[in-house]
Amino acid sequence: MSRAAKVSTRLDTALGWSTDRNAWLSRGVRILLCVLAVLLFTGPLITVFSGAFDVNRDPTQFSVIPHHPTTINFEEGSHKNIWGYFANSLFIAGGALLLQLLVSVFAAYAMARKKFRGQAIILLLILTTMMLPEEVIAIPLSLIVGDLPVVHWNLRGTLLGVILPLGAWGFSIFVMTEFMREIPVELEEAAKVDGAGELRIFARIILPLCRPALAVIAVFGFNMIWDQYLLPRIVANDPSDYTLTVALADLRSDFEVGPGIVLAGALLALLPSLLVYLSLQKSFLRGITTGAVKG
Amino acid sequence: MTAAREATAVPGVTHTARDGGVSTAGRRKPRRWTRSAIPWLFLAPALLFFLYFKFIPMAEGIRLSLYKVQPFLGDLFVGMDNYTSVLDDSAFQDAAVHTAVLAAGTTFGSMIVGFCLALLLEGQAKSLWFVRSAVFLPVVAATAVIGEIWRVLLFPAPNGFANEVLSWIGVGPSTFLDHPDTALWSVMLVGIWKHAPYDMVLILAGLAGIDREQYEAAAIDGTNVFQRLWYVTLPALRPVVTILLTLAAIRGLRVFTEVYVLTGGGPAGATSVWMTTVFSRGFEKNDIGVAAAASVMLFLVTFVLTVIVQVWRRAREAR
Repeated sequence: MSRAAKVSTRLDTALGWSTDRNAWLSRGVRILLCVLAVLLFTGPLITVFSGAFDVNRDPTQFSVIPHHPTTINFEEGSHKNIWGYFANSLFIAGGALLLQLLVSVFAAYAMARKKFRGQAIILLLILTTMMLPEEVIAIPLSLIVGDLPVVHWNLRGTLLGVILPLGAWGFSIFVMTEFMREIPVELEEAAKVDGAGELRIFARIILPLCRPALAVIAVFGFNMIWDQYLLPRIVANDPSDYTLTVALADLRSDFEVGPGIVLAGALLALLPSLLVYLSLQKSFLRGITTGAVKG
Repeated sequence: MTAAREATAVPGVTHTARDGGVSTAGRRKPRRWTRSAIPWLFLAPALLFFLYFKFIPMAEGIRLSLYKVQPFLGDLFVGMDNYTSVLDDSAFQDAAVHTAVLAAGTTFGSMIVGFCLALLLEGQAKSLWFVRSAVFLPVVAATAVIGEIWRVLLFPAPNGFANEVLSWIGVGPSTFLDHPDTALWSVMLVGIWKHAPYDMVLILAGLAGIDREQYEAAAIDGTNVFQRLWYVTLPALRPVVTILLTLAAIRGLRVFTEVYVLTGGGPAGATSVWMTTVFSRGFEKNDIGVAAAASVMLFLVTFVLTVIVQVWRRAREAR
């Protein structure tokens, strides 16, 4: 560290940005570019906040600061069921995420901590599901959800119809398996000597140590579920089954609805993702780098 | 950090395990077959979900692609007819071209923008960390929501938001999503806007992994910034770039939500991509067999692409 500091901090970055306070030109250019980048990438999201709290019905009159701050868009939106759609979204996200976490930790425990015949084939199956784009199976899935093979349940138009197909996700299992492999065997053996059963080892030893990985698969799982578009659409029987993200398009094409209400809905759909990201940011970034490199 | 975690975890663990030991002391050792069944019990939920919602749909998709699907009349086996009708269909041909253009443009566009962002925002300072978090926000927002927001921003009138901003720098006004000539490019821009920050994060991770001594060596050799970028930084980023290209190309080929929300494939089919065409065939025209065949073809293309890149990567690493 001290050696690097001696060499000149200019070599810390690829472009050789100066950290010297006197290099005002370089600093000025960098600050200006940073401001531009922030405006470009967050500006469109900020306009949603102002648009959602503005009375304007004319889509061209649209600004960064509301002209007349009001909550009327949310009140009018409630007649168009935006809170109902929001409730659908939250229920699906909560249910599917819980299911996905449970399924992932169970599967990862078997893959990472056990040796059994056929393990290589199972790993291959999990990898296959990761290579299979969800869009590709949309058509047959829409038929299967209406009549599950063998059990003959009809999940069409139910929240379960959206939750169950999201129950297992290869990425989560994969990340969790990689993490669980790192836990030393001695811990497990010590517990076994003390007579702990399989479930006890799983719940009391392995799971508590997996908290960082759980955070990673929770943020990613939430994001993946909240981003679902095709699935809620094909499972729905009628528009009242839609999630908020899917319903936005219907709101927009409704002539009684101005851009204000659409943006109020967009804001509601945006907030949970932003909150999850901002509170678990480190896990998110860690997941991107590990997930991409391993996958 | 993990060492500290283990150190605190172990005493608690042995304690609870001992409590359990008292109650299980008298129990007989589990039989062999129950022991070998344990991993399968843990795997059962995942396998069941995959079977029902991945493998059965995949098999059913392949089966449907070989049939003329007729509700109430019974399905009729037609062999490869659905595949040939996809290949002969001008709607799918146009969609294939649009998909390829859009995938290539979004992939390279977001990589270039992501690279520039990474170069700009590389560093340890707290303020840079803040800027990076802010720039990353488009990645976490749901695709459909982003589509709706940009639809409003790209309102094609001269006093629409984006046109207003463009007029400050003396450009425009543009028709954006409203005209066949500009619609595909507008969709591409939105795609780049959403995916560039993702690429930035991976490139930043790559930049952080570059040995600083290489920069020192380059400085001693008297290189300028551009030479250093070209001869030191870019070669070191090659693995990251390969991963990004694969991920983004596959993501680009299966693109649906962005296009569907932004344009619905219009105007006049100018932005129709493979998946929006599949969607309208399958769900709007109820031509399930043809839609299934087109889906299987998309899967084969992404599959072959993934395998080629993997093999190529292995071969490179082996060399």
